[in-house]
Amino acid sequence: MNLLRLPWIELAIVIACVGSAFISLLRDPNRAHRWGILFMGVSFLCTFLGWLGFYEGVPPEVAPAFSIQHRLFGREIFALDELSAPLVPTIALIHFLTTMATARTHMRRFSFSWSLSAAALRISTFCCSEPWILIGLLSASTIPPYVELVNRGRPTRVYVLHMALFVVLLVAGWGAVELSGHVPSSAPWWAVAPLLVAVLVRSGTVPAHCWVTDWFEHASFGIAILFVIPLSGVYTAVRLVLPICPPWVLESIGLFSMVTAVYAAGMAIIQLETRRFFAHFFLSHASLVLIGLEMHNELSLTGSLCLWFSVMISLGGFGLTLRALETRFGRLSLADYHGLYEHCPMLGVCFLLTGLASVGFPGTLGFVSTEILVDGTIEAYRFVGVVVVATAALNGIAVIRAYFLLFTGSRHVSTVSLGIGLRERVAVLTLSALVLGGGFYPQPGVATRQRAAEQILLDRAERHEEAGVVSRTKPLGPGHDVEPEPRRQPRAETSTARE
Amino acid sequence: MSEQSYWLSFLGIVVVASPFVATIVLGVSSLLERKLSKPATTRLVYTMILSGLLASIAILVSMLMSGTRHIAIDLGNWVAIPHHYHFSVKFVFDRLSVPFAILSYVLSGTIGAFATKYMHRERGFNRFFVLYTVFLLGMEVTALAGTIETLFAGWELVGLSSALLVAFFQDRPAPARNGLWIWVVYRFSDAALLLAAVAMHHLTGEGDFDVLLGSGTWPYEHSLVSGWDAFVVGSLLTLAAMGKSALVPFSGWLPRAMEGPTPSSAVFYGALSVHLGAFLLLRVGPLLERSWPLCVLVVIIGLTTALFAYLAGSVQTDIKSVLAFASLSQVGIIVAEVRAGFRYIAMVHLIGHACLRTLQFVRAPSLLQDYRTIENAIGNYLPKAGNPLASHASNPNYAWVYRFGMERGYLDAILLEFVVSPVVRGLRRCDALERWWTDFLAGEASRESDQVKPHLETIEELS
Repeated sequence: MNLLRLPWIELAIVIACVGSAFISLLRDPNRAHRWGILFMGVSFLCTFLGWLGFYEGVPPEVAPAFSIQHRLFGREIFALDELSAPLVPTIALIHFLTTMATARTHMRRFSFSWSLSAAALRISTFCCSEPWILIGLLSASTIPPYVELVNRGRPTRVYVLHMALFVVLLVAGWGAVELSGHVPSSAPWWAVAPLLVAVLVRSGTVPAHCWVTDWFEHASFGIAILFVIPLSGVYTAVRLVLPICPPWVLESIGLFSMVTAVYAAGMAIIQLETRRFFAHFFLSHASLVLIGLEMHNELSLTGSLCLWFSVMISLGGFGLTLRALETRFGRLSLADYHGLYEHCPMLGVCFLLTGLASVGFPGTLGFVSTEILVDGTIEAYRFVGVVVVATAALNGIAVIRAYFLLFTGSRHVSTVSLGIGLRERVAVLTLSALVLGGGFYPQPGVATRQRAAEQILLDRAERHEEAGVVSRTKPLGPGHDVEPEPRRQPRAETSTARE
Repeated sequence: MSEQSYWLSFLGIVVVASPFVATIVLGVSSLLERKLSKPATTRLVYTMILSGLLASIAILVSMLMSGTRHIAIDLGNWVAIPHHYHFSVKFVFDRLSVPFAILSYVLSGTIGAFATKYMHRERGFNRFFVLYTVFLLGMEVTALAGTIETLFAGWELVGLSSALLVAFFQDRPAPARNGLWIWVVYRFSDAALLLAAVAMHHLTGEGDFDVLLGSGTWPYEHSLVSGWDAFVVGSLLTLAAMGKSALVPFSGWLPRAMEGPTPSSAVFYGALSVHLGAFLLLRVGPLLERSWPLCVLVVIIGLTTALFAYLAGSVQTDIKSVLAFASLSQVGIIVAEVRAGFRYIAMVHLIGHACLRTLQFVRAPSLLQDYRTIENAIGNYLPKAGNPLASHASNPNYAWVYRFGMERGYLDAILLEFVVSPVVRGLRRCDALERWWTDFLAGEASRESDQVKPHLETIEELS
């Protein structure tokens, strides 16, 4: 039997859940760490095999024989599709590497049990496209961060207010969309507007962005990175908003995202502390991804999806590098020079590599993504393209400024070795290798993102045709006839076929 | 493919691949903290330079013997989205790119040989050579680029390596501050180039110079783009060149770049990097010529830069700054020559100037020592060279001009006061507003980061 036929994604979720329950019983942080690495590693391996099976074209109809969800729900709820296939293993990988790179000094602070349960929720979320279940998962995924803040005795009000707003608007919005008729694409503005605001809040778009900086102020750095890096707000937009919304909603998201991208890039330059710098840097990139999504042409959408993947990898590595620095030196100020390069040169190099990859430096994963995004946005609206370029320039300045302040300009004296440990080394080198590998050989990644973009636009066009709405969407290029391959049909169709 | 074109393609690839391989070997070994020994690094650098130089000379000889003026090596699409986008990698060997590629190898090779001795026992020996190979790779890619996307990739590599080399001496804040300033100028220059690349894509459907610059070989190409389009793309390219070549008003970064080690100052800011803007203008010359207002503007910028650099260079008190401004005045003239249509003269001027300046920069550190030796031998002071502006001391404007030169034209001060400071002040106000809003929502002071000390305690103090 072909091993790839097993329901790997379900196994990944189950293993993460079981691991979370098991580790919650352990009291020794060292043991919890070891078991955490094991469970998260196995869970990552399962998602990787699931991804491999998806691209190897394993026929979906073989899954029910082994599937737990078919027995439980009678249908397939969690499965990979063209959009989520590379994102899910990436999320699991970042969880795994973050768990692995947790230093002994931070083991008591980092909850491995909650981290595994959050991983299970995130994997489930990114494998799900059924609206109400997705909304449930997105709502549930706001709970572990709340528990983290409570456990650490930190203020929760800013986080709770924003997440409550997100959940309420999401539920109200989708409820209104369903109440307004059978065909969601004809939903009136009062039904779509709450969804739009929910996406903006979750993505940390200005003016609803303060929860992100506040979250980074109070949470442990590892947990903070894991919560934001997958860009759940963008995923919400793609699954719930993009297929049904009228053009004005997309334009509104694009406008808010554009302002946020430039504003956050500028704010990243003036920050005086590393976590706040990272938070703004992340917000700028998340907004860039949203800008591309909302230009709704195939090129910008492809660029945006490429950038999404690139941001997850590069900012994941960037965050882990900063976290490793924080483990050694405590929270770091950006008000003066620290000169840490001599103590941890590898962290310095990885900081530069991952930081520059996120701003689209040549030879790295982000280069082609940024190029395609700029090309696509200029095709749609020239001014937006200029803003994207300006944002990338500002973000580049922010990265190098932070590098100079942290790693140069002074001599730090210590008689204790502050070199990078083996586990941290493996974590940052793995992400650096992905950054460089994807940078030198980007075509396979771009091709999969293009197929995902085609699928999204096709789905949107079909819904609008059903509703008789004249869409401004441009799903296909001139003379470009696309017939999606059978295994890449939307999930609803494959489910019907199986039934 | 004929046997000759096969060999030419092979040699062309060797020209670009040599620094690429060296960058990978040195970079990856550094990343894995398995640094090569100094002799191994030296051997690798020599091998890279020799192989690349010999290959480029072989191409030149072959072109001269066969009378070929243009060889294009198309490596195909690096990334392609059917009907929408493609990023093709193409290298062009013509009468502009081959001399510049050879010049880069000759000067980098000379400096490489010099640096292996000069940087001996320096803590950052390995770091220097990693950045050196990245720089050389960027120079070769930029020189030989057949598409604007390829040129952009090389352009960025040159920018990053330059900024990091300025901040090479990491124990002091001044190099880091100057490195950041240079990076900021380069970033805006890069942004202009990226926008130009995208604009070219939309005008011609691709970023290929052969398409954009029309038929003919350098310097007799004839661009098909004209009018407003030529003005917009040309302006963006000029802006990119101004940042990279330190033309007015971006001239302030050049003397700052002298914070780096002498070999990098010599090869980057004295010889190669500072000429890259002029090279870009030479490459896209036919496009710029389609817009006469732009031509006039570029000539004015070039001559203004030359005049400014002369005034500032006349009153500098350290040798590296004097050389930096002397370089700049020549670069200004080269840029004016390019736009005045004297392309061959500009190219010969560029090559000659780069070689002379490299020699002067490399000689600079030992000059004072030699002066001292001579003075000891003759038992007296050597005659002072004097201030070139001193003959005008009676002029009522002398003091103002002197001050203007000493303050380097107030260019950095103007940029700081009227561009950087307002932006930073505005952002700080936004930051204060965010603080107020978050505190209001939280019902208490919400920023833990306020308690972070600006300086690190040593690990012993922490324990």
